[in-house]
Amino acid sequence: MTVGIVSYGGYVPRYRITPEVIGAVWGNDGAAMGKGLNIRAKSVPGPDEDVITMSVEAARAAMARVPWVSPKDVGAIYVGSESHPYAVKPSATIVAEAIESSPVMTAADYEFACKAGTAAMQTCMGLTLSNMYKFGMAIGSDTSQGAPGDALEYSASAGAAAFLIGTERPMATINHTVSYTTDTPDFWRREGQRYPSHGGRFTGEPAYFKHVLACAELLSKKAGIKPADYDYAVFHQPNGKFPLRVGKQLGFTDKQIDTGLLVREIGNTYSGAIMVGLCAIFDIAKPGDRIFAVGYGSGAGSDAFDLTVTDEIKNLKKGPRSMDSMVKDGVPLDYATYAKYRGKIVMRGA
Amino acid sequence: MAIPRFWREIPSRYNLYGSKCGHCGTLDFPPRTVCPECGRRSVGKMERVKLGGKGTVVSYSVIHDAPAQYEMMKPYVLAIIEMAEGCRLTSQVIDVDPAAVKIGMPVEAAFRKLGSEGEAGVIHYGYKFRPAG
Repeated sequence: MTVGIVSYGGYVPRYRITPEVIGAVWGNDGAAMGKGLNIRAKSVPGPDEDVITMSVEAARAAMARVPWVSPKDVGAIYVGSESHPYAVKPSATIVAEAIESSPVMTAADYEFACKAGTAAMQTCMGLTLSNMYKFGMAIGSDTSQGAPGDALEYSASAGAAAFLIGTERPMATINHTVSYTTDTPDFWRREGQRYPSHGGRFTGEPAYFKHVLACAELLSKKAGIKPADYDYAVFHQPNGKFPLRVGKQLGFTDKQIDTGLLVREIGNTYSGAIMVGLCAIFDIAKPGDRIFAVGYGSGAGSDAFDLTVTDEIKNLKKGPRSMDSMVKDGVPLDYATYAKYRGKIVMRGA
Repeated sequence: MAIPRFWREIPSRYNLYGSKCGHCGTLDFPPRTVCPECGRRSVGKMERVKLGGKGTVVSYSVIHDAPAQYEMMKPYVLAIIEMAEGCRLTSQVIDVDPAAVKIGMPVEAAFRKLGSEGEAGVIHYGYKFRPAG
C-alpha cells in the first residue's frame, strides 16, 4: 500500500516588509542584510491573523481541492507551530471545527521549531498506513517572532500549509521518508519569553547543514536515485542562502530548487517553510515529477521526503488561490505599521 | 462576550450556518429557532443551511473611531453583505484599502480573529470578508 499527499493548501498573509525598511530603523544597511540573506521581503500577518486563522485558510484550501473527501473522514489533525496562540488549548481543535471534521477524530498541536509540520506529516502517514484513519491532516503554520533589531527580524515571517495525507488517490506518493535527530541547542525560546534566542553562527554548520546533509544523504541512499533524476528539490529555508548552498553540496542545481524557494519573497515561514515550498511546486507539477524535500527544525532535526506526483494531480478541483498569486499579492508596510500589527508596541493598560 | 454564548455560536461564526424555514422558505442568518414570518407554523420545520461564503457589499462604513479591541485595525471597513443565497449579514471587510471598497463589490468569507477577552482570556474566531479573488 502506498501513502501520500491527497491534497494540499497554502496560505501567505498579504502584508510585506523589506529588509531596507527594517534596517533603516536600527541603523543597519538593510539592503546589504537582504542581499546577504537573499531575502527581498518577508510576509507579515494582519492584526487579526494568527497561526489558527492561517491554518484554517490552508486546511480549507486543501479540502476545497478534493470535494470527494468528506471532512468526517479526516480522523486526525495535527498543527505544527512554534507560535500557537494558546500555551494551553489546542489550535488543532479549532481547525477541526472550522473544516467540520470534529467530533469523532483526534487532534493535537506539535512543536519542533521549524519542522513540526513535517513531523505531523509522518504521524499522519503512520496513522493512515495502519488503517487507523482514512485521512490525516498535517499542518505547518507560523507567525514567527524576531526580536526588534535582531538578525532574525529580517527573516521571521508568516505562512501556513496543510497536507491531507492518506492512501486513497494520493496526488503525490511519499516513496520514502527518513529523519535525523540530535540534541543541538542552536535556537530556542524559553517558556514565557516573547522572542527566541539563537546561537548566532552555531545555527549554521553544526545545526542546519549537519542535519539537512545527513538526512538528505540517508534519503538518497534509501531512494537509490541521483539528484539529477529529481525535477524539484526543496530544503528548509531560514534564508535564501542556506538552501542553495546545501543543494549545491548535495548535487542539486539552482533550477531544481528555484520553484520551492519562496523565502526570497516572503521570508522564513518556519513550520510552514518546506511545506509552502512544496505547495508552490504542486501548483505547477505534472504527473511523474519527482520531488526531493528536506525540512529542518532547530533543537535539532531533519525530516526528508522523496515524492512522486501522480495522475491524481490533474483531478484536483480548481479554485483555491495559487502560491504564486498569494506571494505576488503583497502590500508593503512601513516599520511603524509592522510594529503595530506584530504587537511590538506596548499599549496603555497592557 | 461570555464563553458559553460564543461557544454556542461556533457553527455560524466558523462555517456560516444559517436557518431556512421549512414552511415559507425564508433564509436567516444567524440561524433562528422559529421563523418570524410563520411563527408556530415553522416549529419543528427549521432546517440548518450552510452558506457558501460568497456575497456582495450592499453598503459599508469606514470606521475611524474604533472600540478598544479594534484600535489596531482602524480605519477599517464594516459592511452589510448580501450572501449569494439572499440573506444579509454585517461583517468587517479585510485585506483591502478602505478607499477601494465599493457597493456591489464581490467578497468571500475568510477566517479571522474577532477579538479576545484581554491578554489572558479566550480568543474568539469567526468569519470576516475579503475581496473575492
